[in-house]
Amino acid sequence: MSSLSRDPHPADGRPGGGTPGGAPGSGRGSGPGRTSGGAPGSGRGGAGGGAGGGPARGRRAVRAVVRTLHRRPRLRLALLLTAPLTWLVVAYLGALAALFLAAFWTTDPFTSNVVRTWNTGNFRQVLTTSVYWHVALRTLGTALAVTAVDIVVAFPIAFWTARIAAPRYRHLLVVAVLTPLWASYLVKAYAWRTILSTGGPLDWALKPFGLHGPGYGLPAVVIVLAYLWLPYMILPIHAGLAGLPDDVLDASADLGARTWRTFRSVVLPLVAPSVAAGSVFTFSLSLGDYIAVQIVGGKTQLIGNAIYSDVTLDLPLAAALATLPVAVVVLYLLAIRRTGALNSL
Amino acid sequence: MRLSPTARIVLRTTALLGIAVIYLPLLLVLVNSLNPDRAFGWPPGGITTRWWADAWHSGGARSALWVSVRAGLGATAVALVLGTLVAFAVQRHAFFGRQTLSFLVVLPIALPGVVTGIALNSAFRSVLPPLGLGFGLLTVIIAHATFCVVIVFNNVAARLRRVSGSLEEAAMDLGAGPLRTFRDVTWPLVRSAVLAGGLLAFALSFDEIVVTTFTAGAGVQTLPLWIFGNLARPQQAPVVNVVAAVLVLASVIPVYGAQRLSGDTAAGSRI
Repeated sequence: MSSLSRDPHPADGRPGGGTPGGAPGSGRGSGPGRTSGGAPGSGRGGAGGGAGGGPARGRRAVRAVVRTLHRRPRLRLALLLTAPLTWLVVAYLGALAALFLAAFWTTDPFTSNVVRTWNTGNFRQVLTTSVYWHVALRTLGTALAVTAVDIVVAFPIAFWTARIAAPRYRHLLVVAVLTPLWASYLVKAYAWRTILSTGGPLDWALKPFGLHGPGYGLPAVVIVLAYLWLPYMILPIHAGLAGLPDDVLDASADLGARTWRTFRSVVLPLVAPSVAAGSVFTFSLSLGDYIAVQIVGGKTQLIGNAIYSDVTLDLPLAAALATLPVAVVVLYLLAIRRTGALNSL
Repeated sequence: MRLSPTARIVLRTTALLGIAVIYLPLLLVLVNSLNPDRAFGWPPGGITTRWWADAWHSGGARSALWVSVRAGLGATAVALVLGTLVAFAVQRHAFFGRQTLSFLVVLPIALPGVVTGIALNSAFRSVLPPLGLGFGLLTVIIAHATFCVVIVFNNVAARLRRVSGSLEEAAMDLGAGPLRTFRDVTWPLVRSAVLAGGLLAFALSFDEIVVTTFTAGAGVQTLPLWIFGNLARPQQAPVVNVVAAVLVLASVIPVYGAQRLSGDTAAGSRI
């Protein structure tokens, strides 16, 4: 997410670019003179005209285009944005919009074909069926629990990597924390399936204490999701803590605050936006997950599973269900953006 | 911040424990790939390389790997072009809706994968048949590209933000034209970020499963789809585990490469 610091947009307001008449003749005169200026002079008259004039003319055309683009930032912007925006709007937003439109259609109960008659039956069904309510609340609870676990676990790690570890190791430590983020999601969920299996490594490790692991189920889902998204929480908190100015902390100590007081009244408020930024990922990624739930959840159903199982039989219902996590995520993102936390990413 | 020695020790222990917990599951996958027991009885009773040999000869895993590589390369190519363009537009221009755009670009990664997946699935189902096309590798590439763009965008935008326009201005003041400035100043400055973004985009595409589930054609099986499909088969478990171990080892490559290329915490660009 981009920082919103505004540079003075050098490409637009450059003095040289603003004087179209003078620039080519004076400043850049030596360039064209050597290449495009020289080649046509010899090429047009001589026998090798076709061979020599072609590339030179081509190059001159390129130069002309570049110069035009340079003088017209709006045109340049349009060219920069056309392809990506088309892609984004057509392939992504268009598909999303079509999906939410489909939520207002119905399904033929016999053929499972989508019937395009406008109605709000799917939403009524989602909102009035208690199963969906339970699934939705369970999902929300899971996402909140995952976020809470991640904040608690990430804070000490980030505090250590950002402020306690020797400065020359800090960068290395951050990389060490982030590398597992790129190990396959599936592999990690799969590893936890082995760890949590009956008689598996966790049971084996807890046996001497007379305990056993949680097995597959909702607690396992929370553990695995918290594990999967942990680096997303560590990195923003690390960045926030690393950015804390030392003099603020010194001032707090000089004014008599002890460690805990400084932490509560100075560090926490300053790092809160980073925590919020991290929570965007832990929360929204948990809301839609269904693969990890299938792998370690036992019989647990979250909203992702409900959407997944409805897709082939009743797409409009699945679409109506999908609006729930999307609405929650978008509201969450907008609320967080208001606090400015997204800029600290 | 002044910390008591006790607080220091407690923090250090918790942090080290946390990092250990991050790596233990990955280590377990590696250890289990050598576990002679088919059901991964714990602790392992010995060491065997049999599963590695089996996995090497597994035709399913090989063809899935090839599909994943092609999908990743295709998606990365699209993402490189589009992501770099958006990054230049957002970082080097002021325009109406700039903030909305940088918000929109990240949506594909922030919204649940299952939503993106079914949205693309139903869109493809209504758009492709009239064109005489069906689900296949191309649909996977299109789907992956939508979120790979974010990674390239994040990398290049971060770099452009850091090297503000003053170097380009200097080049222009010294008489370089726009083309020359781009070739000799701008491009060398952003090149490594573009490459790092491409590497990481490939890695993201390589292990994506949710969106892939909804957009792959019947005959198209990427490596994650292959793993997921074989998870439930006890007979295949050791081979799946070896493939998982290979993926764990291979995931170091893009992170290391991106780190070398862009020097900054490029690995964080997934965020």
